[in-house]
Amino acid sequence: MASLIKTFLLTDLLKGLWTTFKNQKPSKVITEQYPLNRPPVAERYRGAPRLNTHPETSETLCISCNLCALACPEQLIVVTSERNPETKRKDLTTFTYDVSRCMFCGLCEDACPVDALELTQDFELATYTREGQIWDRQMLEEGPLPVRYTH
Amino acid sequence: MAETTLAPPEVQAETLLDSNELVLNMGPQHPSTHGVLRVILKLDGETVLGTDCVIGYLHRGVEKIAENRTFQQFAPYVDRMDYVAAVSNGLGYCMAVERLLDVEVPPRAQAVRVILTEINRIASHLLWLGTHALDIGAITPVFLCFREREEALKIFENYCGARLTTHAFRIGGLQYETYDTFEKECLDFCDLMEQKLKEYHDLLTGNRIWVRRTKGVGILNAADCKDYGVTGPLIRAAGVEWDLRKAQPYCGYENYDFDIPTAETGDTFDRYMVRMEEMVQSCRIIRQAVDALPEGPIKGKVGKVIKPPPGEAYVSIEAPKGELGYYIVSDGSLNPYRVRVRPPSFVNLGALDKMCRGSLVADVVAIIGTIDIVLGEVDR
Repeated sequence: MASLIKTFLLTDLLKGLWTTFKNQKPSKVITEQYPLNRPPVAERYRGAPRLNTHPETSETLCISCNLCALACPEQLIVVTSERNPETKRKDLTTFTYDVSRCMFCGLCEDACPVDALELTQDFELATYTREGQIWDRQMLEEGPLPVRYTH
Repeated sequence: MAETTLAPPEVQAETLLDSNELVLNMGPQHPSTHGVLRVILKLDGETVLGTDCVIGYLHRGVEKIAENRTFQQFAPYVDRMDYVAAVSNGLGYCMAVERLLDVEVPPRAQAVRVILTEINRIASHLLWLGTHALDIGAITPVFLCFREREEALKIFENYCGARLTTHAFRIGGLQYETYDTFEKECLDFCDLMEQKLKEYHDLLTGNRIWVRRTKGVGILNAADCKDYGVTGPLIRAAGVEWDLRKAQPYCGYENYDFDIPTAETGDTFDRYMVRMEEMVQSCRIIRQAVDALPEGPIKGKVGKVIKPPPGEAYVSIEAPKGELGYYIVSDGSLNPYRVRVRPPSFVNLGALDKMCRGSLVADVVAIIGTIDIVLGEVDR
């Protein structure tokens, strides 16, 4: 008898509807208005790569040890260097990083002994061409410059 | 009833069909096949006489890729198999390599691994619940589930810097130390889940439409589960208390107090209830692990170059979808000689035909949803 009354009173459906109704005016708005408000990403976020330079002398920190290129599963990093006859050290000449093949696993970052290569919080990496995804040393040092559209 | 195996539809149309039967192609673009699964249905009116799965649309050759990568380099790829539960995949792979190397993982690393894997289990079940309910026709739960799943993904993002393909664990332990508010965020997430699970129960459990669409649909009894090698929530819903976390504890699961939820009939509704209860149990494990989080190192004695001695290892863990196994053969070089994955989704999908026979076309959607497949893992 009780179940029959329940069937006619639609209590089960009303319970669900009430749950839906309770969320009509949520206390916390989840939706992010993305291009207008850029969401903050975590401190450890693994995004666009960056080749760090010394803050004062703006010389590269990279010692051309090639460990990042060896650690990369996709083998997308190419480092070239030439031996400096005066200091007997290797000087970085080119550094290319193919972002289109990168899966942002962070292994290159872990491998770097001097914290020169780092994955940053930048996540807007779209380009108009495939060639634009292959970053050279200058691009890696300056970081991506996404166009910020306003209206 | 016709034979189990179906020939391709064009052959079959001439040979196997009688005038009342119809072969219907479902997928691979069908939204309720959760990816790119193609199911060829053989129908008599609305009744399903047999099904045939066509898989491989997402095949990337992950096992072959492993042979050309070093042990560390392959770790990010395993996240891309079951991308809904990437942390579990990483755990299984790391444990298999650790067994090859015979390394001990420090207790703190183990506890953090347990916490993250259980959060991932909840996230995976939330995605299953949302999409499964959406397939059946309840639209509200998917929004609520994704809202809560976001909190889980935020914990992953804060911990390791990625939301989905996390690459959270490294061979021998962890790469990242926990961050300042890690414990608090995990406990807050448990509180939130326990509160929100009530909402899901209000929306679905008593709902007469939900009950009629799921009760008695896609029954797979315990004997059939064992025959097909089905594991995870499917076998527990059939009444078999089989959970690798209890049966062969790994990663310190023997220290935590939790129950294995089971049900009796093994229909879609039972599997729903089992997974809902699993989320509660996961919260219990997270709370215990956070409370007893030991101090200490996070990485065992592993060199920079990982070169296991020749040998083989098989490690299986309880992933959200069932038993996830990694079989790795090492020939003593830097690369694995062979990596074989035992994916729970793939094995569970094998029972689809058994579950679908005799049911209606609309129930096929419910049954695919209840198996909880991820095609990245099925096709690898």
